[in-house]
Amino acid sequence: MYPIVALSLSGLVTLFLGFNRSRQGLLPATIFFLLLAAGLNFLDWNAPGTYFSNMLEISNQSIIFSTIVVVAATLVVAITGDFASDSTAQPAEYYALMQFALVGAVMMITYNNLIMLFLGIEILSISVYVLTGSDKQNIRGNEAALKYFLMGAFATGILLFGMAMYYGGVGTFHVTNAAVALQGVNGDLSVYLSVGIVFMLMGLFFKVSAAPFHFWTPDVYEGAPTVFTAFMSTVVKTAGFAAIFKIVYVAFLGAYSFWIVMVVSMTILTLLLGNIIAVYQASFKRMLAYSSISHAGYLMLALVGLREASGESILFYSATYCLATITAFTVLFTVSRQKLVNGRPDEQISVLNGLHRRNPFLAFTLAIAMLSLAGIPLTGGFWGKFLVFSDAASRGYWWLLVVAIVMSAVGMYYYFKPIRAAFLKPAEDNAPLEIRPVVRWVLVITTAGTLILGLFPDVLRQLF
Amino acid sequence: MLVWPQLGSRSLATGLALVSLVISSFIAFQGNPEAVQLTWLADLQISFHLAWDGISLVMVLLTNFLVPVIAWAAGGWSYPNRERMLGLILLTQAALNGVFLAQDAFVFYFFFEAALVPVYFIAAFWGGENASRITFKMFVYTIFGSLFMLVALVYLYVGAGSADLQLLKVYAQGLGQAEQDLIFLAFFLAFAIKMPLFPFHTWQPDTYTESPTPATMLLSGLLSKMGVYGLMRIAVPFAPLAVQQLGMTAMILALIGLLYGSIIAIQQSSIKRLVAYSSFAHMGLMAAGVLTGTQEGYQGALFQMVAHGVNAVGLFYVVKTIGDRTGSYELDQLGGLTSYAPKLSILFMIILLGSVALPLTNGFVGEFLLLKSVFDYHAVLGAVAGLTIIFGAVYMLRLMQRSMFGPDHAKSIQDLTGADLGALVPLAAVVLITGFVPNLILALTESSVFQIVGGLIK
Repeated sequence: MYPIVALSLSGLVTLFLGFNRSRQGLLPATIFFLLLAAGLNFLDWNAPGTYFSNMLEISNQSIIFSTIVVVAATLVVAITGDFASDSTAQPAEYYALMQFALVGAVMMITYNNLIMLFLGIEILSISVYVLTGSDKQNIRGNEAALKYFLMGAFATGILLFGMAMYYGGVGTFHVTNAAVALQGVNGDLSVYLSVGIVFMLMGLFFKVSAAPFHFWTPDVYEGAPTVFTAFMSTVVKTAGFAAIFKIVYVAFLGAYSFWIVMVVSMTILTLLLGNIIAVYQASFKRMLAYSSISHAGYLMLALVGLREASGESILFYSATYCLATITAFTVLFTVSRQKLVNGRPDEQISVLNGLHRRNPFLAFTLAIAMLSLAGIPLTGGFWGKFLVFSDAASRGYWWLLVVAIVMSAVGMYYYFKPIRAAFLKPAEDNAPLEIRPVVRWVLVITTAGTLILGLFPDVLRQLF
Repeated sequence: MLVWPQLGSRSLATGLALVSLVISSFIAFQGNPEAVQLTWLADLQISFHLAWDGISLVMVLLTNFLVPVIAWAAGGWSYPNRERMLGLILLTQAALNGVFLAQDAFVFYFFFEAALVPVYFIAAFWGGENASRITFKMFVYTIFGSLFMLVALVYLYVGAGSADLQLLKVYAQGLGQAEQDLIFLAFFLAFAIKMPLFPFHTWQPDTYTESPTPATMLLSGLLSKMGVYGLMRIAVPFAPLAVQQLGMTAMILALIGLLYGSIIAIQQSSIKRLVAYSSFAHMGLMAAGVLTGTQEGYQGALFQMVAHGVNAVGLFYVVKTIGDRTGSYELDQLGGLTSYAPKLSILFMIILLGSVALPLTNGFVGEFLLLKSVFDYHAVLGAVAGLTIIFGAVYMLRLMQRSMFGPDHAKSIQDLTGADLGALVPLAAVVLITGFVPNLILALTESSVFQIVGGLIK
């Protein structure tokens, strides 16, 4: 609960700080606020309870989820560098919006009442819509923002309709109370419940880019400024899956055999589309967008498995995924800005050519990140995949697992394209690439995190 | 050494690698089975459990003997950024030790995959122009197979509630025919791609030929043995019913590979490719021996793993030396080298005869045990396998004759330097010593093999 209050207040403060002519203090102030919020989170550690007349529920797991989301945002904010080089940017507004978005994300993680979930989704989404279109000069950015907004609003409308139907079926918006009403209903659902559950899942799965609701993702990720894409693909996805897991595990568990067919088909579709189309991408940014779709597919395996440990699997997977993705986007952000094509940064995979000569540190961190996303042992991504595979296995979905591992092998192909470009292809010009110290620190943190989680996964798992 | 190349050097790398050898030999002679067991993922009952028995010990000794030789060799050749390569070689050694000592299914899988990553980078970085594309193909192909093994391991783990290999074995042996068949197929796929076995071998000849020699030595000397080890430790003991049903088919595939590899090796004109195909052929016989599920088969495979590891590394070293000094890997451009390089000739001959399986060399003991076990299993298969001894002799002796003897096409080359001798003499020594006194190895493995084999349904 505390982060919600803290971040709302600090977001407002950030807006006012923007009145200052110089932008000097904005970045440190924002990072301070975010770390403060993450710290305040832990006031509730080992003290599970509810707030606001049972509308929010805090548990150790939700605290860790919130921390992951806030830390991911902190890392993304750190690499923005005050938007110093961009004179048309409004950093105060951007930082404030990111904090407000985090408010929404934390609400999505800790909700106990469907109204709260809806509020959280809206707060998160609207902030992110604005961030997507923040670069007004970029026509792709405008297109991305419009697409995201229109489709997102539509999906939220469907979600709301589903919630209303669900209310009609169980008589309460309260998640844990609704669970009681659904026990033992399996297959014998009223029309309200069936429509409600399906529509709610559709609305929620849109947010995390599961197929067939993923069509917005590549264009939106590509059009948004790279730092905000990093924000979207980590914060929104983690919060989204935390939200989905909660509602599916608590409220919908009784109707498992009803909605599982839909979710399994979506999982297969997501895995297939995310991985196979990624192979054909020449733009690194777009490839990362499809990769995030494929990771949504792997996370959905944990939902298919749906046991108590699934929450922990999703948490671990989200943590490793966030670390690796932030690394990838950071490297992309740093390298693409050096080379402009038609006035815009070059985001093709070929921009990474010869990176190991220009800046071996960047190449090394990129390689670790790609290995983690591919799920190779020694990196955290391997344990993430292992955990979600175990979840799906626990319910006996062996053929689904086979699809997942075949797609993992496909993933190996496109995750190695950047590695091969960075290490094995000659660069066009060998000018050494300087990176700001704060970027170096961010990369050290994410890469160390990935390797530590790869070798000692219990570091994260034993926290709760 | 990878991150701070200034610190590295050839002697340092070799020294570090030798430390492992010293430790493992010490353990061997002490005879107390020690174990390291740390909790890894506590709530999932997955522990970081390493322990050795006779089989693991022999493999660990092989690894820790070959890696210093490979490091010494790699340090001597002129590769740019040599220290980084040495660092990668040492990382591979660590992963290999992990594979052979693993007592927990996911520790095994972890190191099985992890061993490939440094080798991929060595091959991609220091190989020829095609190397990056070809080794990538190997990487994807191998990992694809291992992913099926992961599914099988997860299946067993979820059923048995534990990841300990011994417990999983007991659980797996209790499963029904159909389930055992599927598990066996998954494991067999992973290991067949790794060794490689026909028809999953298509990645091997190109990869071995295009990769830089240290990578090829690691692959053919050690990583391929991971496949046989896996077959021996996991695939066959876990699914004895499946071995009864499918073992014959698998063995036929192995023997087809043996024949096919040998025949193609005879026709090769590139000496590196020839040794690559011979390596492929030998793996077939080892796999066939393991698939018989008998004491002789296992002992033979283990002995042959050591023998072939040593022989392959030696042969590839000689091939590289010849290639570097004469500028060509093609047989029709070589010849008469023995008059310029008698030491090379002698050592080459010793290692080559080991590969041909002349009695009193290591190859003979291994092949004899393997052929006996296959013959006992099925006489016709045994006879076919026996034929390949002849083929082996043909291509190996042809290689020797065309490169070392005969009309003189090459200009004079420099004979072996002290550094070269440092690599080849230990190898040749092992070829002869283990050929004369095979019990050095066989005694170490006998009881552990009996423990595995004794439990199998015949």
